[in-house]
Amino acid sequence: MINEIFSIAFITGLIAATLRMSTPIILATLGEIITERAGVLNLGIEGTMLFGAAAGFLTTLATGNLWLGVFVAALGGIVLSLLMAVLAVYFGLSQHVSGLGITLFASGLAMFIYRLAVGSPTVPPVIDPFTPLVIPFLSKIPIIGPSLFSQYSLTYITWALIPIVSIFLFRTRAGLRVRTIGQNPLAADTVGVNVNLTRTLCLAAGGALFGVAGAFLTLAQQNMFLIDVIGGRGWIAIAMTIFGNWNPLMGAAGGLIFGFLDAFQLRLQSLGVDLPFHIFLMIPYLITILALISVSRKATVPAGLLKPYRREEKGG
Amino acid sequence: MISMSIVKRKPLPSWVILVIPVAAVFVTLLITSIPIIIAGGNVFKAYGALFYGALGSKFNLLETFVKASPLVLTGLAVAFAFRARFWNIGAEGQLFAGAIAATWVGVYFTWLPVFLILPLMLLLGFLAGGLWATIPAFLKTKLKVDDVVTTLLLNYVMLHIMGALLFGPLQMPGSAWPRSASIMDSAFYPILIARSRFHFGIIISFVAILAIWFINSKTVFGYQSRGVGINLEAAKFGGINTGMVILKTAIISGGLAGLAGVGEIAAIHHHLMMDISPGYGYTGIVIAMLGNLHPIGVALAAFFFSIISVGAQTMSRVAGIPIYITGIIEGVSLMTMLIFLLLTEYKIRWTKS
Repeated sequence: MINEIFSIAFITGLIAATLRMSTPIILATLGEIITERAGVLNLGIEGTMLFGAAAGFLTTLATGNLWLGVFVAALGGIVLSLLMAVLAVYFGLSQHVSGLGITLFASGLAMFIYRLAVGSPTVPPVIDPFTPLVIPFLSKIPIIGPSLFSQYSLTYITWALIPIVSIFLFRTRAGLRVRTIGQNPLAADTVGVNVNLTRTLCLAAGGALFGVAGAFLTLAQQNMFLIDVIGGRGWIAIAMTIFGNWNPLMGAAGGLIFGFLDAFQLRLQSLGVDLPFHIFLMIPYLITILALISVSRKATVPAGLLKPYRREEKGG
Repeated sequence: MISMSIVKRKPLPSWVILVIPVAAVFVTLLITSIPIIIAGGNVFKAYGALFYGALGSKFNLLETFVKASPLVLTGLAVAFAFRARFWNIGAEGQLFAGAIAATWVGVYFTWLPVFLILPLMLLLGFLAGGLWATIPAFLKTKLKVDDVVTTLLLNYVMLHIMGALLFGPLQMPGSAWPRSASIMDSAFYPILIARSRFHFGIIISFVAILAIWFINSKTVFGYQSRGVGINLEAAKFGGINTGMVILKTAIISGGLAGLAGVGEIAAIHHHLMMDISPGYGYTGIVIAMLGNLHPIGVALAAFFFSIISVGAQTMSRVAGIPIYITGIIEGVSLMTMLIFLLLTEYKIRWTKS
């Protein structure tokens, strides 16, 4: 068995699967980093992803167009995030509770719409999923060719987004505004930044990424919608945001590690390693908790996180 | 451009607090009639079926109590933790822990005198949930690890521990499925009303409501737990051992969720399986918030949610509305209630600029 683990085919497959399985986690983590940098914790992530998974799947099922599915999933994520903005930004309600409310509502809505659209057939309907985009020449390189350069388009886009989000947050004026709002909304307001509008825009951007992250699972990684398709990946993204210290590069690294553990446990199972598979399924979560413990002491939470911003005004 | 701001309003008369929940429920049902119409249902027929299904006959009403029992316990579990600002999103996993302990006693302790079976199940179920909750509490107080995330992640860890047990030592001999053997008859909760499922666990839920109310309002510990929630630094300065208070709060919170798991085994399923809970732990969070973290509020909110989920089955059968409408109604009711509560303290002012 040791020989099999070190075979080239195994390693190639493992790297490819790691990139594939980390894609939705990284997308969702990037979205959560943007919103939390602006001072809003969006626990609606898990439900928003499920809604994206359902909306994207149903759109593609109806039209046969995969990219239209991705687009609708992003749109659905934006709408749900705007609802989050009304509750948590404009009304200033508890971010914990608003987010969990969104997750409950969005999950219910996703399953409701799915049932309405397809009924309860014995065999769930399937679509023709995305096929890997094999990049000419690069994919011919041994080991890294087949593993890195025959991935889904959405995976390439995700990898492009990591530096883009990073540059946006740390190298642009708009990014500076977002970070200031997350640290000290009063200061941002004083220099004329519209705090609540900026928070809303960040929520919308995050929501779009959550939606697409969900759609990746039903349009690329699988070809059907199952009610437990997200399986806690949204919560993992929340954990990766903290693990990455609200930094896109570090957050993506965390997502990659989680993807690796997930891919590795699947591969060990298929090699017939004699351990209950639930033990393998548990490992990524345990390691995530250990990782959180290791970074907890140096974590620098955005100071304005969880705090609604209201200008002080006399009531009447 | 018109801008919106939220400003404090003068205190409203106290009867408003009684009207608010009723108004919130009304507005919720108004909003959720939209998906019912989209699903092609007749709104009046659908809601009629919902309320008849939950309250319309003696049997239906008793079923609503049966369904409310675990929701009361997980709701209390979350409310008690949130009151101390211990963000326990882990009631689902603590419920699993309680269910596993109950199954273990109910299947293997056949040598024990019959009258000790139920007390031992309750005790170990409470402890299993409670001890599982001390892990995030310890990580929060000693290592400053975010409790929202750890409690969430630990739900999945416990789910997979349960899976490993159900494919391993707890699996029913000869079964290929992840299910345990049935518990012995003496481990069943007694049925209290003939020809129904109204069981002993419902009494436990009532006792839990009273016990949490008593702890909250009549004991030093309840006072300390609240103090830690309001202002951790002040509580520390006032000489309260805050770490210990949070740890004890976690044990009680997790223990209550564990009891919900015991109930599902001893009263409903009589064996352990992977889908032992349809998300009772997560629904408990919403119930705790709807009940404003107060035990009486939690009881009422749990009963309301029970009406929705029992009634939705009838609605689904009679009016053809997918059962998942329950999640929509629950989510909308939470948002509506929060906005209504906000509007009792603040008002919205639109200003042109």
